Parts: sequence; structure tokens; C-alpha cells
Amino acid sequence: MSKLTELTIAAAREGLRAKSFTATELTKDYIEAVEKARILNAFVHETPDLALEMAKASDERLAKGDGGALEGIPLGIKDLFATKGVHTQACSHILDGFKPTYNSTVTQNLFDDGAVMLGKLNMDEFAMGSSNETSYYGNVINPWRREGSNAALVPGGSSGGSASAVAAHICAGATATDTGGSIRQPAAFTGTVGIKPTYGRVSRWGVVAFASSLDQAGPIARDVRDSAIMLGSMASVDDKDTTCVDRPVPDYEAALTGDIRGLRVGIPREYRVEGMPADIDALWTSGAEMLKARGAEIVDVSLPHTKYALPAYYIVAPAEASSNLARYDGVRYGLRVEGDDITDMYEKTRAEGFGAEVKRRIMIGTYVLSAGYYDAYYVKAQQIRTLIKKDFDDAWSDVDVMLTPATPSAAFAPGEITDPVQMYLNDIFTVTVNMAGLPGIALPAGLSHDGLPLALQLIGRPFDEETLFRTAHVIEQDAGFTARPQAWW
Amino acid sequence: MSVDQTTVRRIAKLARIKVSEDAVPALEGELNAILEWIEMLNEVDTKGVQPMTAVVETAMKKRDDVVNKGGIPDDIMANAPASEDHFFMVPKVVE
Repeated sequence: MSKLTELTIAAAREGLRAKSFTATELTKDYIEAVEKARILNAFVHETPDLALEMAKASDERLAKGDGGALEGIPLGIKDLFATKGVHTQACSHILDGFKPTYNSTVTQNLFDDGAVMLGKLNMDEFAMGSSNETSYYGNVINPWRREGSNAALVPGGSSGGSASAVAAHICAGATATDTGGSIRQPAAFTGTVGIKPTYGRVSRWGVVAFASSLDQAGPIARDVRDSAIMLGSMASVDDKDTTCVDRPVPDYEAALTGDIRGLRVGIPREYRVEGMPADIDALWTSGAEMLKARGAEIVDVSLPHTKYALPAYYIVAPAEASSNLARYDGVRYGLRVEGDDITDMYEKTRAEGFGAEVKRRIMIGTYVLSAGYYDAYYVKAQQIRTLIKKDFDDAWSDVDVMLTPATPSAAFAPGEITDPVQMYLNDIFTVTVNMAGLPGIALPAGLSHDGLPLALQLIGRPFDEETLFRTAHVIEQDAGFTARPQAWW
Repeated sequence: MSVDQTTVRRIAKLARIKVSEDAVPALEGELNAILEWIEMLNEVDTKGVQPMTAVVETAMKKRDDVVNKGGIPDDIMANAPASEDHFFMVPKVVE
């Protein structure tokens, strides 16, 4: 038999139910794969003993014919999710030693469905970054390399560990979070599938907060079906998060019918930005043609405020971050650096505990919320957010889903982008979706001229993840993306 | 709008982050580069536009006003850098 780590979640699920192999065998293969791939730095904390214990419990349930939707499936968990008794530090120095006494709603849902945890995944510190170069635990390496080159590439961010681990097949799927593109951009850079659900679909309880009005958790997986299986388990109704909606979770897998006849697909013209690489432009066109060939109607739409989404985001997100991160003061958890008095202790703790990018964003956020600047910055940005959402609301009368590129480029090299604003521009196609609270999915659809994965993004109506999955599944079938990074690690 | 070095020091104080004197000029430059880019928003006429308060229009959920979890001081203190008898310990704040 070929390696069990080659199986998708859907295939492993069948194999486990048919008793072709056990959850323990599957988990052991993954533990070995994780150990072999340490050079990628995707995991910051491995939990092999816990994984084997969970797998054993899964095997007992499977033997009785029981078992949840993810019974015995080994997953990686982003370090942003609280995991009971296990390293949870948002990959920041300031949360040194933090072990929650509870699980996040998302991890609890996954464990209740039988998932096995392999460990905690690397990420940009507090989910602030687009290249996984801001983690206290060092850079994550992308398993992909340019054709004929041995040079390292970034996996994107902030869910860089999740994306790298899924692409390298060292976990079957991974949890991730997306505040401005942190699921979709790393998925795009690694040839994996990532969905950011509608704001409110997945509980944020127990997920370390970055920007509370934008943060949303979702999966990164190998294909569209696996993403649908994982989101079905992660999403729930949750009284512990007042922004989590009281809507039943649909059967996302059932949405993969392959039938998109009559679907109206919008092509937002503002996404055709200056300097877009030719292979991304070509990918976008071919994606539209695939959908048309399957009976969809392609409609030109306009979202006039698109270019203002990113600068407005860099007011809203830092403002919310500066409030959320005020809790890290060396008193209740994590790092404490002693000082002359309490203020000195706060200031020294935060100076040593936060990395440069996090400090920069806290300071921008503090400034835009400070007396005299609140209206000029924060209120203005929230007004622009209203206009961005209105652009989408207007377009939904003409289209059911929108198709765009996921990122303005393929993966780049570590250290290649040092200017913060240039780095922020990575999220130019993804951030509008967070600002309007919509669902978006990124999926690989082709390779760049130098052999790196390129992705398309589909944007949906609020709570219409099913149309995203259905449409993405059709593109996946027709694009026939089967490329894999060569296992050099 | 842009920030000068005095403002950078003031923001750092408000954010409770110790910034050494020699780090101030670099921070000034970085913050101004971001603020300059954000200036683009002034092109947009937002007169009469309501600022967004929620992306999903839903009624605020309200829980029943009952105690549903409690009596877990050990859990709450478990990660404290310094504690005694279920109190967080901090440097002296009152004389």
C-alpha cells in the first residue's frame, strides 16, 4: 500500500470505516512525516503522545461502528487556537509558557468529531504578516521551490505553518484564521485550498484575538471536498461568541454537485490591477472560461471602492489590535519583565514580548484611536467599510458569486519584501472580503512560468459557502491541478 | 497627517511599549510611510455615510442572566507569572 499520508481526508475516512487501516497506523505515519519535515519549521510544538492517545480512542469508537465526521483524522492546529494544556502562544514571545485550561470552540468541535491533533502550527506573530517571517519561532519554509532552483520561498501568512504542513502532506488538514487574507494567501502560495467563511459562521471563542470585527477561522486542506468536511466540523452555533450566528450548519459536502448551470459569475473589473503578472491574468481568464463551459454566465461587475479597502483595513485592524493586545501586560499570563514600578514593568514586558511588526501595528492603532484623530481615521475607515459592503450588496443583484485572482503574485523569497506597505499589498485581492464580512475561497488552478502554484478566489454572498464549494469544485475538476512539490526535505 | 518624534514617544507611552531613544527616528519613518499611504482615503467623499458597526445585520444575542460557569480560580490563576492565594501579584501601586 502507498503511504497513508497520501490520502485525502475523504479517502482516509473511507479507509478507516472500511477497516483497511487503523487511526493509530495513520497517525504513526503522520508523526513520522512531521519528524522528517522539521526543516520546514511548520510545527512549533509537536504532540505525538497526545496524538497516539487520541488515535487509540478513535480506533475504539471505529471498532464499535461509531465515530464522528473526522474520526481518526490527524490535523495540525494553528498556534492561535486555545488547546487545553498544550502550547498556545500565537507564536509570540509575550505568551511564553501559556497553556490554556480550556479548548477553543473550534478545537473542541474538531475533537468532538474525532479529529487527532498532531501539534501546533507556526504562524506570523499574532497573525500579523503575509510571509510567516514575523513568528517568534522563526520563518516557515514553503515546500514549493521555483523550477530548477533550491532557493527557499515563503509559504505566505499568517497561516504559513498550516499551509506549508498541508502542502507537504505532514497533516491531513489544518485549522487557520483569516483577518485580511491569512487563510487564502498562504493557501494560494502553497497549492492548497483555503476558505474564509462568512463573519459569524465560526465561533471566535478561544481564538487569540487580533482584529475582532474581521477575524474568522477556517480550514486549509488539500482539496475542495476536504475543506467542506473540515468547515462542517469547525462551524457551529456558539453562545460563547455573541457574533457567532444562530444558523444551522449546512451539509457542505452535499453542495459538491458539479452542476453550476445558470450560475451568474461576476468578474469585478477593479481587480485587474496595473502590473498584474501575465500568468495570473491568463489564469483568471481561463477560470472564467471553465465556468462558462459548464453553463455559467459570466457578468462584468464593478466594485468601485476596491482600492480603498486595504488602506482602510490598515486603520481598522491595527485599531482593534491595539485594544485587543492591551491585555498582554505581564500580570495574568505569559512573559513578565520586572521593572522599577508597575508602568515600567508593563512597558518593558511589552517591549521585549512583542516583535517589530506587532509593535508597529499597536502604535498605528494607538495613534488612530487617540484623542483628536479618531474621527479623521477610525470613523472615516468605518464609513469606507460601509461603502465597500454596499458595492458588494449592489453587485449581488446581478451575480451569485465572483471570480478573482487570489494574490497579485506567486510565492516570493524570504527577505525579498522589507517595506511594510509593499508587504501589505499581498492582501489586495483578499482584504475586501474581510471588510465586507463575506466568505471567500482560494484554490490552486495553475502554475506560474517558473513552476509555482497560482490560485483563483471565489467570493460569495453572506452565508452562501455552499455556492463557493460547488463552484470551486467545478474549477478543481476542470483545472486538473495535480502538481506537487518535490519532497526535498 | 504625519507624526514627529515627540508624537512617536507619546504613542509609545500610550501603548505602554518602551521605545529606546535611538529607535525613535526609524519608527517615525515607518509610521509616516504607513500614514502617508492611508492618506489615499481622503479622495473618498464620505459625507452622510454611516460608519459600519457590524458586517452581518443580526440582533445582538443575549444570554440568560445566570451563573453558568464559575468556581475555577485555580484555572484562572494557572498561567499567572506571579500569584498568591488566588491574587495576581504586581509591583506596589499605592504608597
